[in-house]
Order: sequence, then structure tokens, then C-alpha cells
Amino acid sequence: MIEVNDIHKSFGDTQVLKGISTSFSKGKTNLIIGQSGSGKTVFLKCLLGLFSPEEGSIVYDGRDYSNLSGDERRDLRQEMGMVFQGSALFDSMTVEGNVRFPLDMFTKQSKSEKQDRVDFVLKRVNLTEAYDRFPSEISGGMQKRVAIARAIVMNPKYLFCDEPNSGLDPKTATLIDNLIQEITEEYDITTVINTHDMNSVMEIGEKIIFLKDGIKEWEGTKHEIFKTDNEAVTSFVYSSELFEKVRQMYIEERN
Amino acid sequence: MSYLASIGSYAIMIKEVFKKPVKWRIMKSLILKEIDELMFGSLGIIIFISFFIGAVVTIQTALNLTNPIIPKYLIGFTTRQSLILEFSPTFVSIIMAGKVGSYITSSIGTMRVTEQIDALEVMGVNALNYLVFPKIVAMLLYPFAIAISMYVGILGGWIAGVFGGFLTSAEFTEGLQIDFIPFQVFYAFVKTLVFAWILATVPSYHGFYMKGGALEVGKASTTAFVWTSVVIIIMNYILTQLLLG
Repeated sequence: MIEVNDIHKSFGDTQVLKGISTSFSKGKTNLIIGQSGSGKTVFLKCLLGLFSPEEGSIVYDGRDYSNLSGDERRDLRQEMGMVFQGSALFDSMTVEGNVRFPLDMFTKQSKSEKQDRVDFVLKRVNLTEAYDRFPSEISGGMQKRVAIARAIVMNPKYLFCDEPNSGLDPKTATLIDNLIQEITEEYDITTVINTHDMNSVMEIGEKIIFLKDGIKEWEGTKHEIFKTDNEAVTSFVYSSELFEKVRQMYIEERN
Repeated sequence: MSYLASIGSYAIMIKEVFKKPVKWRIMKSLILKEIDELMFGSLGIIIFISFFIGAVVTIQTALNLTNPIIPKYLIGFTTRQSLILEFSPTFVSIIMAGKVGSYITSSIGTMRVTEQIDALEVMGVNALNYLVFPKIVAMLLYPFAIAISMYVGILGGWIAGVFGGFLTSAEFTEGLQIDFIPFQVFYAFVKTLVFAWILATVPSYHGFYMKGGALEVGKASTTAFVWTSVVIIIMNYILTQLLLG
């Protein structure tokens, strides 16, 4: 579980996060949504420890990040997995090399143990081919699956995903969303996903936080988001014609 | 003020490079990869340029020494001095700022814009140690490349001088041996080691701290080349003053 208590973050004179408090539960897919410039990415980077908030605290299962020593922070980071928007796979390594990288770096496992683990996670993300190919030689969907495999290879307690299905076709995007949710439940991970994709919200939004101008505007579930009267949320959710039609149908049905 | 800030962040970067090293087994393979990329990958161009510059220095000297009183062995002497003191350590380093420096900045800069450096940091890897330290170690072999440059340059001068009919092989050899001061070779290699450090770290700094996208990677490579060259030229002056002045 991750608890966020009143965090503030500024860059120069621009205050990006203006006091966000929330919590992310274990075994659930937690979504951060909001328009571009709402502070989603900065918030996620604060959760990852890449940015330090000026005020407030982030507590990972009882461990306040700001109170941890350098070594403790490094240990905590090894409990985190991250899926970047552009996958961020290492160009110079094959698919297998990318997934094995954290094991090479941080474990003392034998070669065969590492190979077994790599085979297992690649199989788990339904990628049983392309082991020897480089990231530039595989599709965007496959890159995302490799990134997920790399993120879970160390059995993380926390999984963070930044726009995991951006640039993917709707079918592949749904597959990736479902894969993340399955993995979250299967391994009891605290998963936080940064997205602006309403399909993801509908598919896997067990808990949703809506950010607007650096503050938490709304919090709820995928069922509640379609019923809320919060103007900022509704204007975001129903910005597409399709969702607006669904909303009209819902209202007609209710009446 | 921004120059001072850059010097400060460069110093912090250097401190970080030597902190929290990655496992030796992994570092070893990274160092070997960088030696292959930075050193062996540069030998061809170093040999090619050194050979022809040595030849041109010999021909130019021969064509300008028209007075019959001046002994011809001075052509060999001039070639040796030019190559050992300046051409091989300094001029080749400026060329390497273009070749090796651009490669380092663009490869690290691309990793920055594609979030690969963020991925390393999120995993708990000291990205500066992982990316920059192997390059510094690989560049420790740079004096060997410069020694080859000196040898090939003098060989080029000998071939151009002797086969061009400017002087005999004996005269050229005499010029190479006359007034030889071993300290000058030491001076050349001290310079080379300092330039190797600059070649590994200044482009790494520009790549690691760059912001933006693909266009900025190109701009950072150009800036890195300019600053690496400037720092080499300034350090060349300081070291010459300190060691020979």
C-alpha cells in the first residue's frame, strides 16, 4: 500500500502539485487520470522517487521515503517496477537481455535460475518468441509486453505504468490493460497507472484519481465516474462523442 | 553565471560517477564494449590522418627549407617535433572530440530522451556509473592510440620524404634522433591522459543532462564537440606552460 500525504512540488515559480493526498491499495489497479498538464507525470515521478516533493510524504508500506537513507531508498527502488510510456527498453540489448538486466544487476542467481525466471515472465506476458530480437525489430505492443516482463521480473511490490497503452491499437491496448490487471491480482502488487485513456478507465479502473491543475479533483471507481456530477470530471470523461452518446443512453434508460 | 553552474554540475557528475559502482562482472563487459567502440573503432581514422599529416609536414618543411646551409636532417627533426609535441596529442584529440565525443553525447542523449536513463534510475542503478565510468576506463588506453599516431605519422613523413626525393633515409633518421629529449614524450603522454579524461567526461555531461527530443540530441552533440575542443585547447596551453614553460 502507498499512502500519499499532502505532497507539493514546484519547478521554479510554477507549482505543479498543490497538496495531493490519497492512498493506493495492494492488489488493485489504481489509475491517475487528468488532462495534459494536470500534473499526472510529475505525481508519478514523485511516487517513483525520481522527484522529491517539497512538502508532504509518500509512505510505502510504512516506510516514509523522505526518512530513508540512500541505501534504503535503493533497496526500495528494487521493489518497484516501471513501465514507461515509450517502453524505455535498452536499444543495445535483445528482448531477453532487457528482461534479464535487473536479475544480472541485483541478484546472485545462477545462469540457469535467471534463464528460468526470464522464460517464466516472458511466457507470462505471452511473449514466447522474439527472444533474440532487438527492441527496434519488434512491434509497439510487443515492446510494451517486454517492458512489463522487465518490470515484474524482480517480483516487485509496486508497479507503475506511464500511459501503458499509448500508441497502440485499441485491441492491443485492451490486451495490455488486462495483462496489467491480471498480474496485479496474481502477484498482489500495488499498481499505479497514469493514463488519459477512457477505455483503460472502463476496463481496469478499480480506483481512479482525477487530477486537475495539480490538485486531486475527484476520487472513485470506474462505476462511480460515470455517475459523478463533478463538472471537471464529466467534461473530461465525456469529451469524446462516443462516451457522450453512452451517457445520453444511460440518462434515457434511467428516466 | 550559467557557466559556473555548468562547472558545478559537471563536478557533481564526476563525484556521482565513482559512487555506488555496479557489479564488476557487468562493469567488465561494459568496459570491453567501450574499448571496442571508442578505441578500436577510432584506430582506423587515427592511422589514416596521422600518416598523411606526417607526410604533409615533411613535404611542407622540405619545400620551405630552401637555404643550402640548413641541413636536410632538420626535415626529420621538424616532423618528429611537430608530431610528438602537438599533432598527435592535440590535433588528433580535436578530431576525436568530433568522432568519440559526438558518439558519446548522442548515445547517452538518446538514452535520456527515450527514458532509458530514467529506467536505470528507477531500478536503483547508478546511471552515471553505469554509463560514464566504462568510458573513462576505456579512454585510459588513449595514450596507446596516440603512440600509434606518432609512429604512423613519422612513418608517413619518412615515406613522403624519402620516396618524394626530398632527403635520404639516413638524413631523415638522423633528424629523428638529434636533440631527442625524452621528457617531451612524457609531456605528450601527460597531455594525452588529460585529453582522454576530457574526451570521456565532457561529452558524457552534455548527453546526460540534455533536455528535449531528437533535435536537441543533435544540438547537444554539436555543443559537446565545441566545448570538448575548447577545453582541450585551454588545457593544452596550461599544461604546456606548466611542463615546458
